[in-house]
Amino acid sequence: MPRYFTDEHEWIDVAGDIATVGITDYAQSQLGDIVFVELPAPGTAVEKGKDAAVVESVKAASDVYAPISGEVTEANAALEEDPALVNTSPEADGWFFKMTIGDASELDGLMDEAAYKEFVASL
Amino acid sequence: MSDQTDHAAESEDALPLDPLPLDAWHRAQGARMVPFAGYDMPIQYEGIVAEHHWTRTNAGLFDVSHMGQLLLSGEGLDAAVEAILPIDLSTLKLGQQRYSLLLDETGGVLDDLMVSRLEGALYLVVNGATKWDDIAHLREYLPDEITLQHMEEHALLALQGPKAAEVLARHVPGVAALTFMKFAAFTLAGHPVQIARAGYTGEDGFEISLPAEAAEEIATLLCAEAEVKPIGLGARDSLRLEAGLPLYGHDMTPETSPIEAGAAFGINKRRRTEGGFPGVDRIIREINEGTARKWVGLKIEGRLPAREGAEVFAGGAHVGTVTSGGFSPTLQQPIAMAYVASDHAAPGSALEVEVRGKRLAATVTPTPFVPHRYYRGS
Repeated sequence: MPRYFTDEHEWIDVAGDIATVGITDYAQSQLGDIVFVELPAPGTAVEKGKDAAVVESVKAASDVYAPISGEVTEANAALEEDPALVNTSPEADGWFFKMTIGDASELDGLMDEAAYKEFVASL
Repeated sequence: MSDQTDHAAESEDALPLDPLPLDAWHRAQGARMVPFAGYDMPIQYEGIVAEHHWTRTNAGLFDVSHMGQLLLSGEGLDAAVEAILPIDLSTLKLGQQRYSLLLDETGGVLDDLMVSRLEGALYLVVNGATKWDDIAHLREYLPDEITLQHMEEHALLALQGPKAAEVLARHVPGVAALTFMKFAAFTLAGHPVQIARAGYTGEDGFEISLPAEAAEEIATLLCAEAEVKPIGLGARDSLRLEAGLPLYGHDMTPETSPIEAGAAFGINKRRRTEGGFPGVDRIIREINEGTARKWVGLKIEGRLPAREGAEVFAGGAHVGTVTSGGFSPTLQQPIAMAYVASDHAAPGSALEVEVRGKRLAATVTPTPFVPHRYYRGS
């Protein structure tokens, strides 16, 4: 299944008409030790590029943006118990939420893995 | 993803300053550097939580060379300094260090600082972000007979933690005999240094003033000890928060008085009766009559930290504001410091803190959150 990336360091996996969203390994390494993740409730409408979640590290609170527009269908309950999953497994078990794909054309503007790697290397 | 608040990014908007003496050394240790007080400073090396725990169990080396080291000397020094600071210098003996406050005419806090007595001089350590203003203030208010030397050729390192004394004694014979808030001159790796038994973590530890050209050699020497790792500003902040110590510019500002901030001990006894320092009327009134608000510790339920600026409520009433807050690695829960109305400031008072529209249950808690372990002699 294709995975896309944003220049705000979110990733989005698309499987059929549902997408899974998280933050990248680069993002978690920049944030440091994560102590709390605030996730959108199922049913929340999120808008591309707008706040969707908040990640609290020891140091600071950071917004996580929705990579595309759609409706949240599930939040990762495991992060409530163990927010450090975002540090240890950012691009697998530490996913944030699943959502519907409101407008598939919004995916076109995102990076693929190779482009994102190049983007991170340039930072 | 983007930072909502990033304390580390706060800095003076002044011209870029020369790199600090250990700039290249930090980068070589893998530090992530951030702008702070006009310099690039290490926020972390391996990670804030690991560095925090390391300091509480072993010894951490902090570069605090951004802080201002000032040397005052000249005819009539004590009287001149007492006209500016609420300190009693008649009881500050050679080799002693004391906490003091730079106040404005209304009793607001311009900075908090350490004052130490040297032979024929006073040595001051002031905050990095305020040092240029402090120097200007001192130059304006000190008489011409007093010389102010900004020791820019000196670095400042802090070695903090339960193993700090044991480690430092390997390189500085006799240093373990110092007790909390005492200092003396020593030789470290052949370099002349001033070492104070003090710090900003709540742990036992030392602050070492040393020639800048010796900073890399001494930092490398200390970090070669198995008990020592370099620690960044991130853990420095979480450690001082657990220790209930104020951070200037956040917990104390020109808008706060030292009495509200619980720093009445910085107004020495003789000065309370004799006066003669800036802001004396308000300070004495507040000592005698109390203040409308107090700076208190809060333990917060759950895992969501409340940060600086979060509002504090008692039922429907807004009663205060958080000035520092974060997640305590030692206690594994969010903690914060806040100014709250004095009738809600008693330990045990149940309050609520609002974070992004959510009300979090909070309890006023005596500080330090984590007990201090200063060495006051055996």
